[in-house]
Amino acid sequence: MLTCKDFLHELSDYLDECADTQVRSKLEAHIAECPNCWVIADTTKKTIRIYRGMEPYPIPHDVESRLMKALEKKMAAGKT
Amino acid sequence: MTVSGQADIDETTLVAQSREGDTAAFGELVRRYEGKIFRLAQHVTQNREDAEDVLQETFMKAYEHLDQFQGNSKFYTWIVRIAVNQALMKLRRRKTDKSVSLDETIDTGEDTMVREIAAWDEDPEQRFSRDELGGILDTAVQSLEPPYRSVFVLRDIDELSTEETAEALGLSVPAVKSRLLRARLQLREKLTRFFKRKGDDAFAYM
Repeated sequence: MLTCKDFLHELSDYLDECADTQVRSKLEAHIAECPNCWVIADTTKKTIRIYRGMEPYPIPHDVESRLMKALEKKMAAGKT
Repeated sequence: MTVSGQADIDETTLVAQSREGDTAAFGELVRRYEGKIFRLAQHVTQNREDAEDVLQETFMKAYEHLDQFQGNSKFYTWIVRIAVNQALMKLRRRKTDKSVSLDETIDTGEDTMVREIAAWDEDPEQRFSRDELGGILDTAVQSLEPPYRSVFVLRDIDELSTEETAEALGLSVPAVKSRLLRARLQLREKLTRFFKRKGDDAFAYM
């Protein structure tokens, strides 16, 4: 029988769907009976999902223009 | 179609063209990844000026050393590695941060603490505006220790694989996995404050 600690240890692999079938069924058996671990698994899964959808903010215009200027200078120097 | 027509070209072709001195091709690579590199640099340095330096240095170095890019990893993984190194150098120079190395021995052991257990709504993020949500998520990530933060940003925000994250940070796969687990659990806990189902904390007010 899996303990809550064992469950936590395997949680990332479980959520990334890379736990092997045998481990997976043990984990699923555990959360079916342990409401705390079910909540932890569910809220961790949601945490990952919410962050995944996060696009980077558009890079500030002044930062980009300084970057491009520096690169243009570098590229021009590289050609000679 | 874009004016330059570069936007549809695959990465391998752009890298090859850049190597031959096609500056427009390299410009397109920069445009594709500048936002992500800037975000990563901000997460690691936690300083906007340093992050801007890191951004510039990363693409300058990438351009300079393009011939050293082997092509057996993704271009993005390769530049992430450059960016992480540049960012760490900044931190070391500042020396204000005691956790300057991502390789330092950290306590990955035993208890991955779980203090708060409360269920969330199905889509709890919808309670917040886009800006509010962005602020909540950013603040939570910023509060992680640097070794956890970098792993989380690469693995779960930028969606690199475990292997790619290990390669970019110069860590072993097990180290990436254990740090990722810690980071995810810590964030889950921090976000629970905002996302827990209304009513679940009723006792807190009694």
